[in-house]
Amino acid sequence: MSELLRIATAGSVDDGKSTLIGRLLYDSKAIFADQLDAVATTSKARGSDAPDLALLTDGLRAEREQGITIDVAYRYFATPKRKFIIADTPGHLQYTRNMVTGASTADVAIILIDARHGVLEQSRRHAFLASLLAIPHLVVCINKMDLVDFSEEVYEEIRSEFEQFAAKLEVRDLSFIPISALTGDNVVTRSQAMGWYTGSALLDHLENLHIASDRNLIDVRLPVQYVIRPHQSRDADLHDFRGYAGTLAGGVMKAGDEVTVLPLGRTTTVSAVWGPGGTKLEEAFTGQAVTVELADDIDIARGDLICRPQNRPFVGQDLDAMLCWLTEQSSLVPGHRYTIQHTTRSTRAVVEKIDYRLDVNTLHRDEQVDELGLNEIGRITLRTQQPLLFDAYRRSRETGSFILIDETTNNTVAAGMITGPAYQHDNVVWHDGAVARDARPAPGDGQGMTLWLTGLSGSGKSTIAAEAERLLNESGRAAYLLDGDNLRHGLNADLGFSAGDRAENVRRTGAVAQILADSGQVAIVSLVSPDAEARDRVRAAHQAAGLRFVEVFVDTPLEVCEARDPKGMYARARAGEISDFTGVDAPYEAPARPELTLSPADGGVDASAALLVAAVEQASTTVPGTASETITREGNEDD
Amino acid sequence: MTVVYEQTHLDRLESESVHIFREVAATAEKPVLLFSGGKDSVVMLHLAIKAFWPAQVPFGVMHVDTGQNFDEVIEYRDRMVEKHGLRLIVASVQDDIDAGRSHEEYPGAPRNRLQTAALLRGIAENQFGAAFGGARRDEEKARAKERVFSFRDEFGQWDPRNQRPELWSLYNGRHRKGENIRVFPLSNWTELDIWSYIEREGIELPELYYARKRTVVERDGMLLAVNRFIEPKPGEQPFEALTRFRTVGDATCTGCVESDATTTAQVVAEVAAARITERGATRADDRISEAGMEDRKKEGYF
Ligand SMILES: Nc1nc2c(ncn2[C@@H]2O[C@H](COP(=O)(O)OP(=O)(O)O)[C@@H](O)[C@H]2O)c(=O)[nH]1
Repeated sequence: MSELLRIATAGSVDDGKSTLIGRLLYDSKAIFADQLDAVATTSKARGSDAPDLALLTDGLRAEREQGITIDVAYRYFATPKRKFIIADTPGHLQYTRNMVTGASTADVAIILIDARHGVLEQSRRHAFLASLLAIPHLVVCINKMDLVDFSEEVYEEIRSEFEQFAAKLEVRDLSFIPISALTGDNVVTRSQAMGWYTGSALLDHLENLHIASDRNLIDVRLPVQYVIRPHQSRDADLHDFRGYAGTLAGGVMKAGDEVTVLPLGRTTTVSAVWGPGGTKLEEAFTGQAVTVELADDIDIARGDLICRPQNRPFVGQDLDAMLCWLTEQSSLVPGHRYTIQHTTRSTRAVVEKIDYRLDVNTLHRDEQVDELGLNEIGRITLRTQQPLLFDAYRRSRETGSFILIDETTNNTVAAGMITGPAYQHDNVVWHDGAVARDARPAPGDGQGMTLWLTGLSGSGKSTIAAEAERLLNESGRAAYLLDGDNLRHGLNADLGFSAGDRAENVRRTGAVAQILADSGQVAIVSLVSPDAEARDRVRAAHQAAGLRFVEVFVDTPLEVCEARDPKGMYARARAGEISDFTGVDAPYEAPARPELTLSPADGGVDASAALLVAAVEQASTTVPGTASETITREGNEDD
Repeated sequence: MTVVYEQTHLDRLESESVHIFREVAATAEKPVLLFSGGKDSVVMLHLAIKAFWPAQVPFGVMHVDTGQNFDEVIEYRDRMVEKHGLRLIVASVQDDIDAGRSHEEYPGAPRNRLQTAALLRGIAENQFGAAFGGARRDEEKARAKERVFSFRDEFGQWDPRNQRPELWSLYNGRHRKGENIRVFPLSNWTELDIWSYIEREGIELPELYYARKRTVVERDGMLLAVNRFIEPKPGEQPFEALTRFRTVGDATCTGCVESDATTTAQVVAEVAAARITERGATRADDRISEAGMEDRKKEGYF
């Protein structure tokens, strides 16, 4: 079984991109004899003995005459393991537009750097664009190593400079390969001349990139594309058939699943899932073209979306997005109307404002801006006529992307990546409230605090926390549960699972908990929060604000969590379908000095929840803002 | 056992093509599928049928008929139309010649170039807003940059510098009256993908694609099968050879190649090992100039 890998390439002019692609095609035998003959003839005519491989990828006549590539061209080659599609995008100063186009569907970006010139402004731009478009993998090929004596120092210098810049970007998987496209070193076969390089050659790397976990298998999203109703069929049995056809943009769907149809909001059950041509599917997953039948007759049209009742996209008319302007015929001006095309929905949109323009080379934000021109990228706020059903682009490329179309020329003028629903964020100064903390009507009979439950997925955090919330409220103490999974639908919906996103997740959740605690409530946080330092920062922020922070370690062994596997996540992580899963291929750092540790030996959910309530009682007696003692357990002293 | 949620590359290509068919059917005014009986158009039709199952394909098919087709291909075409209950429109080059709109260079000359006019007339007369074509990007250099949705002006012309950027799976098919969109659902398929898919799906093709004993003559370095369009010229020695066709175009100029691939599986193996492109091998008109295809595209040919 061979998979498909989509590659986007970028490099400045003359970095050797055409040569590299020609080399990949040639060495993987994707070049036919007659094509090679044509290249050899042309090379000879230009006075070169060896066939110039760059000519293989060279396209239209206008470009041949100018000797440059001017657009996105697609190339194909295959090895027994994979079929590859290369979107060949030129790296000229003015061609951000082409790279954005070619990169929109890429699994991996190859960025070329000329070893003699090092990291150029353009290399930075290419890296930035790859990260903006959320290409999961980035491979930096340091080319023309033959011209720098295959020097390890040169390679290391470029590598460290690039890494420094890339650290500012969100790049999930970054690797470096020293190559010579001309001689073929480290392209298809490992280089003899660079024994110091221990990694794999480029083709090998591309063949083995782990892409299965790049897709979003969690958020079920089926934008309805076409309603299939064979009511005039020769076969009368089909007259009642109603199938909702579309390409699954996320998640896994099967017969029997409870689903909600948006924007209507009606919930029903999937009765059958069909592949093309009526192949019955046990399960359908991201990327598959399917036709779905539902148990109830609901009025569904193109542009609607089928999802799970507990996991819905945003529904709204105001959204924030990063936008790349693609045409020289006009500029983006706030107030102008466009047609917006988002998944299978099309409506009108007005760009309300441009928040800033981003300098793609320096990442500097220019807020004094009233339009965006060709190849410019900016953050904008958009209002649509009909609501869109969307996710943040980082979370889902399919439901987080859109294009804008000019209504007079019908041209595609902009590519957009949604960052989230639009909120008012003009006012960022801190206002001291008029109500002092102790002047608030007490929401309960005790003081506010944060109970922070950390532990592996499946350790029981959420169940215990929910029960403790119930007990506390029942006893007249205002408590509010902040559940990590739930927050990812709203507050943290724009975040993924990279280390940076996880730290941000903890920071935001901590900040909200602190607000609740400040208002006098008990904030109960249930969050894996694997990073000890991130948790400590939340603790420090609470202490600085004079608020109690109780860290609770839900210490359920990994084997137990994995055996429970309530969301099937461990199985997927083990199968390699999702990556960075805590406990499997991402570390969990247990708290060094938690105020309370809960283990399965404490008894069931009820016993653990009771211990939490007791912890709240005890913490209430300590001085807020000081480091609290480990909570003593009633009745545990004799153990 | 855990399920691995991974599509094979053929499944992925199939899903993408199905997505494109549905997108056009949902948004375009009066689409039509260009059907020649050639293997790419056959695969295209197969995908269209799968995309709308269990309903009928919601658009008709158009054949641009040069009047110089292989008999087997016309038979095959009519059989498919019948079998799938399709609506067939024929845009005839012969009609153009008879009406004096097109001119043959000499009687019996290849008519590939005259197809363009018939195609454009067919689209205009029927007011088709979108036409599905079976072109693939791997066929030829000029096609490597072709979009899936290719915009044509009111003269059917293609301007390589004025094509819409195509991002994600968001296709913009908007156009004014008179203009139209060519849609290429097989853009990302290679010749090998096509054959592997034909094998996997058990798709029936015209006999010409398989090796049979045929009477041929050698002309300009190509093998031409003797039929009612190709007569041996003085000095040409007809002979029997086991051959098959890699493309089926105008019968006056489409050559065949020696091959012993009598089954689809054997063709797949042959294609996998091939060292010469299908166009390079068998289309006399494409060999005229390297930029030949580009010129024809600009005129409105696919
Ligand atoms: N010495 C050397 N020259 C190279 C290498 N790669 C490319 N070149 C040369 O650099 C020039 C520009 O290469 P080309 O592939 O056309 O660059 P592009 O503009 O990035 O497509 C050509 O003269 C190539 O032969 C390499 O690895 N070593």
